[in-house]
Amino acid sequence: MPDVIIIEAGLQERNYWRDLWRYRELFYVLAWRDLAVRYKQTVIGAAWALIRPVLTMVVFTVIFGHIAKLPSDGSAPYPLMVFAGMLPWTFFSTSLSEASGSLIGNANLIGKVYFPRLIVPTATVVVAFADFLITFSILAAMMVWYRFAPGWQILLLPAFVLLAFIASIGPGLWITALNVKYRDFRYVIPFVVQFGLYVSPVGFSSHIVPQQWRLLYSLNPMVGVIDGFRWCILGGQSDLYLPGLAVSLAVAAFFLWFGIRRFRKTEKSFADLI
Amino acid sequence: MISVENLSKRYLVGHRDERTGQHSYTALRDVIGREMRNVARKTIDVVRGRQVVQGDTVEEFWALKDVSFEVQQGEVLGIIGRNGAGKSTLLKVLSRITEPTAGRITLRGRVASLLEVGTGFHPELTGRENVYLNGAILGMGRAEIRRKFDEIVAFAEVERFLDTPVKRYSSGMYVRLAFAVAAHLEPEILIIDEVLAVGDSEFQKKCLGKMGEVSRDGRTVLFVSHNMETVIKLCGRGVLLGSGQVVEIGDASAVVAGYLRGNYSGATEISLNDKPRPFGLPTRIRLSGANVVAPQLDWVFPFGQSLSFDIWIDSTILIGNAELGIGLFSTKGYEIASWTNACSGDQCVVRPGVNAFRVDYEDLMLLPGQYSIGVGIRSGQGRDLEDYVPDAILFEVTASARSAEINGRTFGGALVPRARLSPLTEVQPTTAYADLGR
Repeated sequence: MPDVIIIEAGLQERNYWRDLWRYRELFYVLAWRDLAVRYKQTVIGAAWALIRPVLTMVVFTVIFGHIAKLPSDGSAPYPLMVFAGMLPWTFFSTSLSEASGSLIGNANLIGKVYFPRLIVPTATVVVAFADFLITFSILAAMMVWYRFAPGWQILLLPAFVLLAFIASIGPGLWITALNVKYRDFRYVIPFVVQFGLYVSPVGFSSHIVPQQWRLLYSLNPMVGVIDGFRWCILGGQSDLYLPGLAVSLAVAAFFLWFGIRRFRKTEKSFADLI
Repeated sequence: MISVENLSKRYLVGHRDERTGQHSYTALRDVIGREMRNVARKTIDVVRGRQVVQGDTVEEFWALKDVSFEVQQGEVLGIIGRNGAGKSTLLKVLSRITEPTAGRITLRGRVASLLEVGTGFHPELTGRENVYLNGAILGMGRAEIRRKFDEIVAFAEVERFLDTPVKRYSSGMYVRLAFAVAAHLEPEILIIDEVLAVGDSEFQKKCLGKMGEVSRDGRTVLFVSHNMETVIKLCGRGVLLGSGQVVEIGDASAVVAGYLRGNYSGATEISLNDKPRPFGLPTRIRLSGANVVAPQLDWVFPFGQSLSFDIWIDSTILIGNAELGIGLFSTKGYEIASWTNACSGDQCVVRPGVNAFRVDYEDLMLLPGQYSIGVGIRSGQGRDLEDYVPDAILFEVTASARSAEINGRTFGGALVPRARLSPLTEVQPTTAYADLGR
């Protein structure tokens, strides 16, 4: 049965989700392209993916752990706690930064070929996930080094990975759609990410936040994600503040819905504005 | 099959205020006033969710207005028009890259668009990697690409350089590879925008061949081109767009003829009185004008059509044996063929007053191109030059169904002579043919 496509002003594509499925290979192809290009003609290119998180972890441990003498979670080593928080944060910040500029970066495709535009920012998140896996292997190496065995909680890690994915793709979609129309956002995102790095419990544990502020603090969706990661990786050494997690989950879900909605609404005009 | 109903597409165009640029004494007050008005307008646009346009005033520009047509399955439709007529915009809307402002399109079948060669090609990736990348972007699945990979590479003739980054390719190789990927798409509806105008003539022949195959397979093709011969050759029907509207739809040759005709506006009557005369102004006989012969409407002749025109001469005296000479030149100044009435044995009698003569070239098959005619008139059996106007008439020969038939574009020279071919059966050839194919 041949497909029938109807194009009309203002008509929401009925075939959109079917098209997303049909073009599913493009998720992989675009992500593969970005990864392949990254390491072309480099010498230590692949190694950079390892060097960066390790160095950041060292710096944070020195500043927050030794100089500021902030307490770790339970009896877990401070570097391990920092790294467990850095893992989702790096994923989130890379996803958000890359997704925000993804449409403009692929302007030549947007103007010349049809495919569901949702694939473009999502592919950048897939790339960030590949980096995540590399960083995770460093974490595994560190746990061996500290002879720190994880508890049963580690089995729930994929759920928190999914939460991190949701938390980053929601705002990513929203910002990238806005960025096409108003290029100001190109300058906003790096600032937000920098700011978020210190506000989110990456370099320190969220336990140091006073109890009465914890719920408000959890409005930052990454708080829930990072706490969740720490809980999974450090076993019982870090407890999970469940109300906070619920708030973070709700905020992430809201941004996902909002981001997709805004993206779909403005998608039709991308080719004209880009 | 495709159905387009009242399709319109509007863009917003901003203009900078010209007036303030001219006054060198622009007051700061005026500049501030203008900029504040702009900020206010842009803020309102942001709040209303409208497009923000740079500039002081905003104008509406309709790239397409009430375009309607239908394409049946298996048809090849050519879309032609001047630059800026809206052809690319029409293709973009049909390809779902941009949304129409009004109207409705119905498409039955899978659509693949080729609006540019090498979309998505990344210079750092190798040829092999780019084939997969480009194929995926155009909508081919990986299994499909793998299946056709060898065919694609063979078509592009880049086997040796498959594993080199594309940034090292010559422009010809780049374009061949890009087209090869796109040529192996198998959609029900194929939309192509002028991408055949790439590569050398060998490759263009290949591309045309491939396009012919595609239409023979029963696919619907929408084809935009500036090459009229290709349009006539490949397309059954044509659409002529002008300023965003449909000017003509119908048989491809007819629409092409209409387009080429339209490029030459107005007067067919040429006055020769004011034209420069390098050999001095005439005193007794003057070449005064020229015109085409009905039903010809202008100085554009489709290839294969006979060339005829009228020449008017003002005279103060009677000459019984005048010689009218017509020189045919290419626009570069090469003399192609010259003729006088003495060659055909026709009499030319010039009487006092206004005289009119008709010149008929029989069977002159000039190749498509632009030409000029120089006209001269002599008296005294060709000894005395009475008047001579070089570049009196400029005319053009255009592509036609006949030139497409004979692949006119591949011919060199200026004209096609009349010749015949017939086989001989009585005479036995003496040269051996055994070495053929060795």
